[in-house]
Amino acid sequence: MAFDYDKYIRPGKLPHIWCPGCGHGIVMKGLIRAIDAVGLEKNNTAIVSGIGCASRLPGYMDCCTLHTAHGRAAAFATGVKMARPEMNVILVGGDGDGTAIGGNHFIHACRRNIDMTYIIMNNNIYGMTGGQFSPCTPTGAKASTTPYGNPDPAFDVAKLAIGAGATFVARGTAYHATQIDKLIVEAIQHKGFSVVEILDDCPTTYGRRNKFRSVIEMMNRLKEVAVPVKAAEKMTPEQLEGKILTGVLHKVEKPEYTAEYAKVIERAQAAK
Amino acid sequence: MEKKLPTIEIIEKYCKGCHICVEFCPTKVLEMKGFVASVKNLEACIKCMQCELRCPDFAIKVTP
Repeated sequence: MAFDYDKYIRPGKLPHIWCPGCGHGIVMKGLIRAIDAVGLEKNNTAIVSGIGCASRLPGYMDCCTLHTAHGRAAAFATGVKMARPEMNVILVGGDGDGTAIGGNHFIHACRRNIDMTYIIMNNNIYGMTGGQFSPCTPTGAKASTTPYGNPDPAFDVAKLAIGAGATFVARGTAYHATQIDKLIVEAIQHKGFSVVEILDDCPTTYGRRNKFRSVIEMMNRLKEVAVPVKAAEKMTPEQLEGKILTGVLHKVEKPEYTAEYAKVIERAQAAK
Repeated sequence: MEKKLPTIEIIEKYCKGCHICVEFCPTKVLEMKGFVASVKNLEACIKCMQCELRCPDFAIKVTP
């Protein structure tokens, strides 16, 4: 039976604004399937985003949604979670929103280990504002602000999240569509700050400047570079050159922030 | 016995013509008709649902 996406989409909001072939729609479908699989109640789920192409996603979702200032999704979501700890909070955003402008908020949300799920759609570029390079643009890639190639090395979002203290980190791609919902399900069920980086394609501002002739070519590149974590264990460093690991990369248990904060309140009230 | 054919509904208002469904269909059921996807050869459909799964625009609904 076909999956009924309409149940989770605000009536009259489609078609969405994303360009032809943009992977954000595929990620949104994965998120909807994951929300349905976990059985989250729409009225008890907050989807928070900043600014950017990917951050338009909450506008289409029939849940509690919050569209905030550029890069500040994690800050606003922390507020939501602190006020209503029983709420399921999901953040969505792109690589520019999450790791450049919102970089500080992102690392500190990881450090606190507050129970939220952050879905970062990494399309290697600032799409909405006109194709400027982001911290995730690969070295040598062309963007509207680096027409002769980007000299900066790129961020590894997953490693950044692990280093900052996130307790669940996973990576998927827009090509591996069925893997997206499995990763998001695991991230939502994990108690603590979970980061799911999804490698995406931006045919309009990244693809056409970097010699990808079509959307299909970009999708096939995602298929080629992705290596599941288990398969990578048997591969040599030479074979892993230029590849990107996918799957669950990091999972540990640590005290969760809202639970710890409730203890602080308890202690303060007992001291009165 | 006659094979039960699925129904493939394409919402033309949503389709942006990205070719993903046409390229990733393993049995070449779909084709581009102008700017939107359309069903060319329904008999070949194996109900793998790849087109519905990958369509970024919520434009395809397959009922097996």
